[in-house]
Amino acid sequence: MTESIALDALTCELKDEVASRIPDANLDLCLTCGACTGGCPASGQYDMDPRKFLRMLLLGMDDEIVKNPWAWVCTMCGRCVTACPMKINIPKFIFNVRAAWPREKRPKGIRGSCDQHIKSGNAMGVPKEDFVFTIEDVAEEIKEEQPDFSGLNITADRVGAHMVLNQNSREPVTEPDEMSPLWKVLHLTGVDWTYPTVMWGGENYCMFLADDEGWRYIMEEFAHHIEHTIKAKVVVNTE
Amino acid sequence: MRKFNIPHTFELKSIIELFAQWIREGTLKVNADWNRDLKIKFTVQDPCNIARKIESDHIVDDLRFVIKTVVGEENFIDMIPNRSNNFCCGGGGGALQAGHTEQRRAYGKIKFDQIMETGADYVITPCHNCHAQIEDMCHHYGGKYHTVHLWTIICLAMGILGENERTYLGPDLAEHGLEKEDT
Repeated sequence: MTESIALDALTCELKDEVASRIPDANLDLCLTCGACTGGCPASGQYDMDPRKFLRMLLLGMDDEIVKNPWAWVCTMCGRCVTACPMKINIPKFIFNVRAAWPREKRPKGIRGSCDQHIKSGNAMGVPKEDFVFTIEDVAEEIKEEQPDFSGLNITADRVGAHMVLNQNSREPVTEPDEMSPLWKVLHLTGVDWTYPTVMWGGENYCMFLADDEGWRYIMEEFAHHIEHTIKAKVVVNTE
Repeated sequence: MRKFNIPHTFELKSIIELFAQWIREGTLKVNADWNRDLKIKFTVQDPCNIARKIESDHIVDDLRFVIKTVVGEENFIDMIPNRSNNFCCGGGGGALQAGHTEQRRAYGKIKFDQIMETGADYVITPCHNCHAQIEDMCHHYGGKYHTVHLWTIICLAMGILGENERTYLGPDLAEHGLEKEDT
């Protein structure tokens, strides 16, 4: 025989914790309509979907939630919250589920990139000197081989530059020739720009890892460098 | 910045907004003449962070303005759905490094089908994660499209794309515009 669930007797520790971190997430308002799930590309992976995951939270199935790898398959893309009639912030819920995983159990690839970023300023773990060497080297090659761009001026940490460019560190490391087309466009527009060398990687895997402390540290160091060392007015993201 | 209330006076911008602004002001002189006869078709992946996570369509509108300017309006085919209703490619949120490869690829199948439906030869991906994921989908599911960064196509249209800067172009464009440099 099916028994009804005695809601008063439920302990929902994870739910209480998540709700206290994101009071505006409306977790209690779910109507189970499934608009989230119907439009979610991660639905069905690991036999999970956003509606089910939220039900589990509301039913206090804390262990099952934190053991299910689905929190790392969801990309927190936000399509669910856009579709939700009650505006339940599922991506922020997922972020907090990730944060509930012991740090050492979170995916190694993401954790490694976060740790590298904290240590060396970019997810690839490239020392600042190597980054500067790479951009100077690629710039030299362009100047030699492409006469139209012999005046190309690529700098790092140039004090007083108007604009700073925040680039994904995979470009200088794995595909340096993908940087120069952008440089050439910037050169032709005459914009006054430079690269930062502190927290210069445009990515932020600490955010994906749900490591608030690491995420904040990266942002603070970056902002401080831009404000007080380079004194730039504009920060441009290449993505 | 907002999440942690980090004090700052600088302004944050996307390169896409600047490309659009420079084209409108005439600072960046580029057009689609190169593709008028070639008629190579392009589509675009709207990155979730600029399409959905900001409260405005202005960057995805700028993105389409820039692309139509450089490839020709008639050569641009939007995926359906698009903009703030677009599907995530499946490479975001750290998924490319989370280790759940089979699930990531199953997730991306929706995106792959969306791209194939457009019939486009090229997918422009203004986000590095989208670029990696959409390229991987193409290999995995046997697609024929090519995945390119936006700046590659801008430089191609301006006739300033160097020989080394063509890694992601298909054979149809691999040599395009290069002979001009010799004359």
